Amino acid sequence: MMSTKIRKVSKYGSFHVAEARIRNMLKWRGIILFEAVVNPTLYLVSIGIGVGSLIDANNGVNGVSYLTFLAPALLASAAIQGSADEVIFPVMEGFKWNRTFFGMRSTTLTAQQISLGVFLAAMARAMFSIVIYWIVLYLFGALESDTAWLAMPAALLAGAAMGAVMLALAAKIENENFFFTLVGRFVMIPMFLFSGTFYPLTQMPTYLQFFGWISPLWHATELGRYLTYDYPLSGLQLSIHIGVLAIMIVAGLFLSTRIFAKRLEK
Amino acid sequence: MTEPLIRARGLTKTYGDFIAVDGIDFDVAKGESFGFLGPNGAGKSTTMRIIGATSVRTSGTLTILGKDPEVNGPQIRAHLGVVPQQDNLDSELTVSENIFIYGRYFGLSSSFINKKIPELLEFAQLEEKKYTKVEALSGGMKRRLTIARSLVSEPDILMLDEPTTGLDPQARHILWDRLFRLKEQGVTLLITTHYMDEAEQLCDRLIVMDKGKIMAEDSPAKLIKDYSTKEVLEVRFGSERNQEMVEILRPLAQRIEVLPDRILLYAEDGEQLLEQIAAKGIHPNTSLVRRSSLEDVFLRLTGRTLVE
Amino acid sequence: MTSDAVALSERRQGKFGDKYFAGRPQQVLLRNWLTFKSSAWIAVVSGFFEPVLYLLSFGYGIGELVGNISTSTGNISYAAYIAPGLLATSAMNGAMIDSTWNVFFKLNESRLYKAMLATSLGPLDVALGEIAWALMRGGLYATAFTLVLAGLGLVTSWWALLAVPAAIIVAFGFASFGMAITSYMKSHHQMNFFEIFLLPMFLFSGAFYPLTVFPGWAQAIIKALPLGQGIELVTKAMAGDFGIHLLVNVTYFIVMICVGLYFTTKRLNALFMR
Ligand SMILES: Nc1ncnc2c1ncn2[C@@H]1O[C@H](COP(=O)(O)OP(=O)(O)O)[C@@H](O)[C@H]1O
Ligand SMILES: [Mg+2]
Repeated sequence: MMSTKIRKVSKYGSFHVAEARIRNMLKWRGIILFEAVVNPTLYLVSIGIGVGSLIDANNGVNGVSYLTFLAPALLASAAIQGSADEVIFPVMEGFKWNRTFFGMRSTTLTAQQISLGVFLAAMARAMFSIVIYWIVLYLFGALESDTAWLAMPAALLAGAAMGAVMLALAAKIENENFFFTLVGRFVMIPMFLFSGTFYPLTQMPTYLQFFGWISPLWHATELGRYLTYDYPLSGLQLSIHIGVLAIMIVAGLFLSTRIFAKRLEK
Repeated sequence: MTEPLIRARGLTKTYGDFIAVDGIDFDVAKGESFGFLGPNGAGKSTTMRIIGATSVRTSGTLTILGKDPEVNGPQIRAHLGVVPQQDNLDSELTVSENIFIYGRYFGLSSSFINKKIPELLEFAQLEEKKYTKVEALSGGMKRRLTIARSLVSEPDILMLDEPTTGLDPQARHILWDRLFRLKEQGVTLLITTHYMDEAEQLCDRLIVMDKGKIMAEDSPAKLIKDYSTKEVLEVRFGSERNQEMVEILRPLAQRIEVLPDRILLYAEDGEQLLEQIAAKGIHPNTSLVRRSSLEDVFLRLTGRTLVE
Repeated sequence: MTSDAVALSERRQGKFGDKYFAGRPQQVLLRNWLTFKSSAWIAVVSGFFEPVLYLLSFGYGIGELVGNISTSTGNISYAAYIAPGLLATSAMNGAMIDSTWNVFFKLNESRLYKAMLATSLGPLDVALGEIAWALMRGGLYATAFTLVLAGLGLVTSWWALLAVPAAIIVAFGFASFGMAITSYMKSHHQMNFFEIFLLPMFLFSGAFYPLTVFPGWAQAIIKALPLGQGIELVTKAMAGDFGIHLLVNVTYFIVMICVGLYFTTKRLNALFMR
């Protein structure tokens, strides 16, 4: 029969939420794995070899082959894409489509644990994409230095920064009608194209370079280049890049916790 | 008698090996309000879709307004107003735009539709929501809008598939009232439902369906008269004792039905039966005397309840 | 009481294809116009920026690393080189968004087509109306993009005006084909098919670099794919380069259009009239 003994409340609520999300992702593991492998391969073959052949015929960039130059940017970009997907869709689903968050909230879970759980699951997904991407890059011979493996955590930082910011933004949006389209066209694509991904940021007019400074992709790409070939960065530059990404993560998580609490408890 | 508006003979629909509608016959006369009563999966919606010329029958004959839906689908649909089981309003449009564009699908002129819109909004009690997006409407409002929308082409036959399922009691009564008005205007109504009160309220005549077959056909009053007694006594003894009481009670009533939670005793006079039982020293935990309903008819015909 | 709806549909009775076609695809267009007016314009208008951003980023950024490209018509800037490819690609994307994701939503989530087909409209009305809408969107992008090219000084002759009709043909082909395939999709996970197909087609289409970097057999495959055909069509039209190959490109798209329309109508009929 029912006991009135005080029941224990788990302290690891966010891990339980993350577990639920990861179980859900596993249902689509085939598609996720396929994308994780095929996407980088296609990009590397097409741009690296296609456009690369034009550029390398013209002396390359930064004194390395175009493939080497491009590799860390594509790696960070994949991390960002993966974590953004795994944040935006579950948040829409949780608040609106299936209202699963409200179900979670009626258990012992707190709003903070729910938002953090979604974020952690997105990080797991991003890490998965990063590892696969890194292996493909390695096989293509795009990684030159011994510290190249450190490009993985650098890319994860980018994924975390974008994931945290998107978590707050997606939770803030109550009417998703055009959210996906607008985020895609006015955030993801411009970021992909104007973050020093395909050519050094300094090659753009100064007023456009501003865009790179606020882009997690650019900061992570700079770190990645430093780690994968002898691209010089000063200690100050290094700490700025890491610092900006860290600020984005902290601010994003802080805001999303507050927004989650507001929506779940109103 | 004039030619019926709808005539079905041996109407059958199969999905692979599964028979959803199993050779049913019926006629619907002009101005009549005709019901299909049956539990989930009885084949009601399938029958409606065939009549609505959006599903092709497997065999049998069907004429609607003298035409065959397989040959003259669009011509028949021009006469029909369809309210499907699930609302399929255009969620990206406002309330009045929904009615407008639906009328345009029928090829009606803008001036005709625009004259019609205020009238239909009044009918659906949605005047104040005219410019509201459909997304923001409550379930009952959406249902009323779907009905209003189906009326834009002034249909001769209005087909309503479970019009009030999922609505709260107040919303249901508003809807029933609207349907009565249409009936008074001479619109032929085709209604499916698994609510016996709805069937009793709205239908002049109905068929009771189960597993694709017709079990009985008549007016609600006549069906109750033919298949049940005037009154029913419902008694409960608690889950453990119900079974053992059945044999003791059986000789006292005209007929007895045992449900998981209660026993139904059929008699002309329920109060009198209750006194008889009390005289025997039997005291149920709860007892209730009520008039027979279509629920009892269905139970009699199939041995099952309508809503599980 | 004989309403206008009845009179209208009886007038078509006995005419060719009266079971599938009520002669009113424009009402489906009107429906889309109503949603466009109220809110969908944001999504449509924003789509214009996509190829422009690619043009600016790649054309000028990578252009600086690459230098000029030598083509059959002479030495041209990298930006001018990728312009026709981006135009064909944006026509494809504009048409595909409307005819795939939007159609999928109307087919499965909002049950819009079910409602349409419960009226006296037929499946061909729905197919034509939706494809015409996708086509208008593709046409709009093509026109706007051509104007941007002109503004950036990337067009050199009046033949560039032909880019618009060429892009519309490309959009029509993709819209029709995309809608046909979408109508067979059951779950949104299957919709990933389009990405799996479109991404490599886009990356290897030759929009960003001359196909000559590939071996002959690969070039042949790329050129035979719809986007390869589309880029060829737009490039040649913009250069005023007419010849038998242009006829081949156009025929290719006409076949795509007809096949797409046929299967869409057939499938809608099977879905909602069975
Ligand atoms: N498209 C279909 N394919 C296969 N089976 C179907 C289809 N539509 C209905 N059925 C089956 O036919 C039976 C009758 O369905 P339906 O007419 O919807 O019943 P009702 O409306 O009375 O609840 C159900 O068992 C249902 O599962
Ligand atoms: Mg039904």
